[in-house]
Amino acid sequence: MSIDTDTAARVAKLARIRVEDDQLPALAQEFSNILDFIEQLNEVDVEGVEPMVSVTPMRLKRRQDGVTDGGMQDKILSNAPDAREGFFAVPKVVE
Amino acid sequence: MSDLTKMKLAEARDALRAGDVTSVELTEACLSAIEGAGALNAFVHKTPELAREQAQAADARIKAGDAPSMCGIPMGIKDLFCTRGVASQAASRILEGFKPEYESTVTTQLFDAGAVMLGKLNMDEFAMGSSNETSCYGNAVNPWRRGNDDTALTPGGSSGGSAAAVAADLCLAATGTDTGGSIRQPAAFTGITGIKPTYGRCSRWGIVAFASSLDQAGPMTKDVRDSAILLNAMCGHDPKDSTSADLPVPDFEAMLTGDIKGKTIGIPREYRMEGMPEEIEALWTRGREMLADAGAKIVDISLPHTKYALPAYYVIAPAEASSNLARYDGVRYGHRATLSQGEGINDMYEKTRAEGFGHEVQRRVMVGTYVLSAGFYDAYYNRARKVRTLIKKDFEDVFAHGVDAILTPATPSAAFGLGEMKDADPVQMYLNDVFTVTVNLAGLPGVSVPAGLDKQGLPLGLQLIGRPWEEGDLLNTAYALERAAGFVEKPAKWW
Repeated sequence: MSIDTDTAARVAKLARIRVEDDQLPALAQEFSNILDFIEQLNEVDVEGVEPMVSVTPMRLKRRQDGVTDGGMQDKILSNAPDAREGFFAVPKVVE
Repeated sequence: MSDLTKMKLAEARDALRAGDVTSVELTEACLSAIEGAGALNAFVHKTPELAREQAQAADARIKAGDAPSMCGIPMGIKDLFCTRGVASQAASRILEGFKPEYESTVTTQLFDAGAVMLGKLNMDEFAMGSSNETSCYGNAVNPWRRGNDDTALTPGGSSGGSAAAVAADLCLAATGTDTGGSIRQPAAFTGITGIKPTYGRCSRWGIVAFASSLDQAGPMTKDVRDSAILLNAMCGHDPKDSTSADLPVPDFEAMLTGDIKGKTIGIPREYRMEGMPEEIEALWTRGREMLADAGAKIVDISLPHTKYALPAYYVIAPAEASSNLARYDGVRYGHRATLSQGEGINDMYEKTRAEGFGHEVQRRVMVGTYVLSAGFYDAYYNRARKVRTLIKKDFEDVFAHGVDAILTPATPSAAFGLGEMKDADPVQMYLNDVFTVTVNLAGLPGVSVPAGLDKQGLPLGLQLIGRPWEEGDLLNTAYALERAAGFVEKPAKWW
């Protein structure tokens, strides 16, 4: 399958990764090569096969929906590139 | 002093308990070995102060008669593990400066058992790579060389720093993680032992996530016994990881009898790849003979969907990675791009991720985004998950026919030169994992055991694949193979 530069640009946008226009043709080519490799999967007869959900047969454990931890605002914010007054700070989102 | 670092974990444990050596002595010896091994670029964040503190505490515990196996053992920890107050950045620029406020479950267990952390180990960025060349710290270098040729070789990846550090005797053992072969391939490239346990054996909590349905932590050590000891300390149920198995963990070391009489070992015909070097083929044949000589029954088996494992992996792993790595948005931790006047939050996300993620990580995140996008989800992602079901069934079928373990080569070649694959198609690099990736897709335990040298003097490994939850039995077969192979070579020191 061949990926065009518009598709590559759309994927980059969806992935929130800035790709400069002059890089798009090379990126599209790389995608095409990887997808060609993946296309081999079309040879497999998967009729009636369930897609795998869990590799080991297990039932997820349930637990009480209760508060078990908290009160550590300073720790939560300690690695933030920009934290102010107890919040994560980001560029203005609402005009 | 330097001989202390050459000790195996089991030897060091016994010497510590006997009072023949102290953890402080062992730790100092490792710290000086690390200082002298900058050329290997294995340790990327050193923690000598913490190590000395932990060593002293371990010595006090040993003196008091309270010494679990790992007590006082100096180790290296892969940079993928979150370690409290110590840089943990998955070899990525995007986590620059990140110092977790918490400790991963695996390292918590190790430290509770008295293990000493010498520092954090180099790896491929977010564990995405097979040569350690995608690391933001630069390449880790294999202590092995091709005879007198001084070409720098890859230690493999993604756990390349762990492999180089153990092979070069900079530490007694190391942790690794394995999503498609990242413990077993570097172990094979450096002449050490590494096991990826059954999916769910080790808690993934606090390990930076790559592909959550495939990721498992495991030991990388100087021999099989050491792997058994370290694996015991690493695994166990953890309520903080909903996929961690609530099953009893046997004493793996106690299961190492070397007796494999009556065991059935399968040789899968699909692993005989076209263009596979003759030496790998010969090693595999020798492995088969060694296990037969030890009393195992050897049978030819078929795993018909093997060919589709890599393509399925390169849908599933990027898909999960694109989701897991969405958290790196420049808000909560790590790198944030500098914005120009008028740029908004989307610019912040896009610029941060373009600056913070390396090329291979960007590529995989975007491939994952594509295969999960509307219109392609069924064609790619769901199809890959169906193929994964079939791959797992291949293994279930042979196990149901009485096969106890499966013997394969660990890698399709010996270690290659750093930079040699630079101009190759990414798919060429992916082929490194051709023998290991099936095991992750099926959630099985797999161990790589060094079994010989190639013509150029580089180590080669054999892989054994076991039944789910039967790491003890698998390690025992590996132990029999190790004894028969008698691999004792070490790299000649040049660094």
